[in-house]
Amino acid sequence: MNEFVRGGLYGGGIIVGIMSSLLFVLWAERKMAARMQSRIGPNIIDPTGFLQAMSDVLKLLQKEDIIPEKADRALFNLAPVFGAAAALAVAAVVPFSASIVGADLDVGVLYLLAVGAVSVLPVFAAGWGSNNKFALLGAMRAIAQSVSYEVPLVLAALVPVMLAGSMKVSDIVAWQASHHWLVVWPFFLGVPAFVLFMLAMLAESNRIPFDIPEAESELVAGITTEYSGMKFGLFYMTEYLHTVIASAVAASLFLGGFDGPGGPGIWWMVIKTFVLVVAIYWLRWSLLRFRSDQLMALCWRWLVPSGVVLVVATALWVVFAA
Amino acid sequence: MTQLTVSARPRPNPYLPIDSLDPEAELMLLHFGPQHPSTHGVFRMDLYLDGEIIVKAVPYVGYLHRAVEKLCEKLTYVQQTPIVDKNDYVAPMTNEQALVMVFEAMLKLEVPRRARWMRSLFAELQRIASHLLAIGTFSLDLGGALGGGSTAFIYCFRERELILDLFEDVTGSRFHYNTHTIGGNRHDLPVGWGAKVKAALELIESRMPEFAALTIENHLFQQRTKGVGVLEGALALELGITGANLRASGVDHDLRRDAPYSAYDEVKVKVATASGGDCYARSIVRVEEVKESIRLCRALLDGMPEGPINSGKPVKLPVQTKIPVGQTYVGIETPRGELGTWVIADGTQNPYRLKIRPPSLHALAALPYILPGQTVSDAVAILGSLDPIMGEVDR
Repeated sequence: MNEFVRGGLYGGGIIVGIMSSLLFVLWAERKMAARMQSRIGPNIIDPTGFLQAMSDVLKLLQKEDIIPEKADRALFNLAPVFGAAAALAVAAVVPFSASIVGADLDVGVLYLLAVGAVSVLPVFAAGWGSNNKFALLGAMRAIAQSVSYEVPLVLAALVPVMLAGSMKVSDIVAWQASHHWLVVWPFFLGVPAFVLFMLAMLAESNRIPFDIPEAESELVAGITTEYSGMKFGLFYMTEYLHTVIASAVAASLFLGGFDGPGGPGIWWMVIKTFVLVVAIYWLRWSLLRFRSDQLMALCWRWLVPSGVVLVVATALWVVFAA
Repeated sequence: MTQLTVSARPRPNPYLPIDSLDPEAELMLLHFGPQHPSTHGVFRMDLYLDGEIIVKAVPYVGYLHRAVEKLCEKLTYVQQTPIVDKNDYVAPMTNEQALVMVFEAMLKLEVPRRARWMRSLFAELQRIASHLLAIGTFSLDLGGALGGGSTAFIYCFRERELILDLFEDVTGSRFHYNTHTIGGNRHDLPVGWGAKVKAALELIESRMPEFAALTIENHLFQQRTKGVGVLEGALALELGITGANLRASGVDHDLRRDAPYSAYDEVKVKVATASGGDCYARSIVRVEEVKESIRLCRALLDGMPEGPINSGKPVKLPVQTKIPVGQTYVGIETPRGELGTWVIADGTQNPYRLKIRPPSLHALAALPYILPGQTVSDAVAILGSLDPIMGEVDR
């Protein structure tokens, strides 16, 4: 089959799959949060509340699209679309099974870090284009945060790359299948790298406790203050996309990807991703929020140095032990 | 009464024009409120920002002004309790208590012992409810409505709900009770109510560790609140700040102990203080006060005397209650501090002038002093920790 046709088919399938999984993620998060807060959660649309997300989307689609008079219309309108696109583009190199992968690039890890970094641009565009002070403050925080947390993210992602000796994500998964999952052995490298990666990913995708760019108690709604209707819906969706895709990437790099007991398959990927997603939402509904300067201090004082130490330790391990 | 001293150290005037602070700086003027989600109602601040650091903060109040004081001049003395219920809408019990106490003082009316004990019991239950709401909304300010903050918030509201149910059993309404009257109380305690209160207190006490783990014992919470918004005791005294905010600044002052009213001369209050003066100290003091109030409620219930609940003559028409010429001030310790009412009576059925001294208004006066140098995130935390209720600020 032609490479492009194949990529298009699988890519389309992956996008549809991820998008439809968002409905389940939304439902699971709402129900989980409700249980944590001794509430019932959505149960009006249908008894299980599963259709609540659908009805929310329908509501957002019907809403009037308000563009502030003094907004930069091009930036303002393009930002939500680019945001969602940048989040989805990361999924292209994630192998969901041995064959289900959009494009198995030789520089897969580099690609996903680079495309992940691009996602700060739509945030900046939204913050600047809205012509709103709260949005600008939110964008300012988001840029500082994303640029800083890029460093520990790259350092953490280097650990599997060095161990597997390849930047191809499927090679990393294959290496883990032939050796051990990275968090199992060498766990003294794998577990810290995994934690570091998840922390940096949380910060990159602006989730609590790192969600200060849109801190609704301080900045009203941060970058999304001026957005309404489905444009806001796209931002909202992007957040969930980030969470799901970041979990999928972490599962591939550290948890053995689609490999697992009883043979490899897409179901392992699905299970691992959702375990991570649930963990992220568990954190989200039990933690408060950092202040932006504390966030920076955490990154530069703790995460970056420990990332450097981790990379050096991995290099020594690769040279002498493995 | 403990000695309260005020230091004479001069302070820079925080209201100077912004040009006099730093004419070169490129500052951003951020209109914070009145529709901002974290201003606890309709409060507005003009924040002059250098990046995220606040250089100058100017608070504006009055967006919730309902002319309560003027309304009280037009209504007869008997008709005023339901109006002041809406002032501090988080603690209506203490509002009406403060109002009827000043009328009783002017009429030289003896309140029956049972009524005084009931008032103290209601006030302490209200204090628990109010402090729970304060801690809940404070964590909402720190953590956001879609996150851990809302979890703590909902836990606090779940507990507060128990107390609202108890008040509903007594007065028939969950919020604006209108149960205090001149000379006593309107509703007697229903049969078996004491057991319900004790069960509710038991439940609240057993659940305290749950939200303590989410708030004051939480590492993130401490990071966000310790050393943030330090309010010196001397400044607090100068500005007339009272209540938990004052006690968190190391000033041991509580009207329940220093000028006992209702049943507080018989049931002694252990006053909780903290020395930090920061947001964390204010939260700690509130949590301690909840624990102390639970203890007080139990003591008040156990010692609840029998007898009449009202000493006033039954009035058939509201115009029949007339207060002789004179003026009086009575202050009581509400959950937010000293709520004072000053009445000038001219011998008719209406007051000539009725002035309410809301503790929240004085708490807000601290903002221009403690906000400069903090970030926007801290501004939200500081405002939340002062626990202002706009209903009573603007009246």
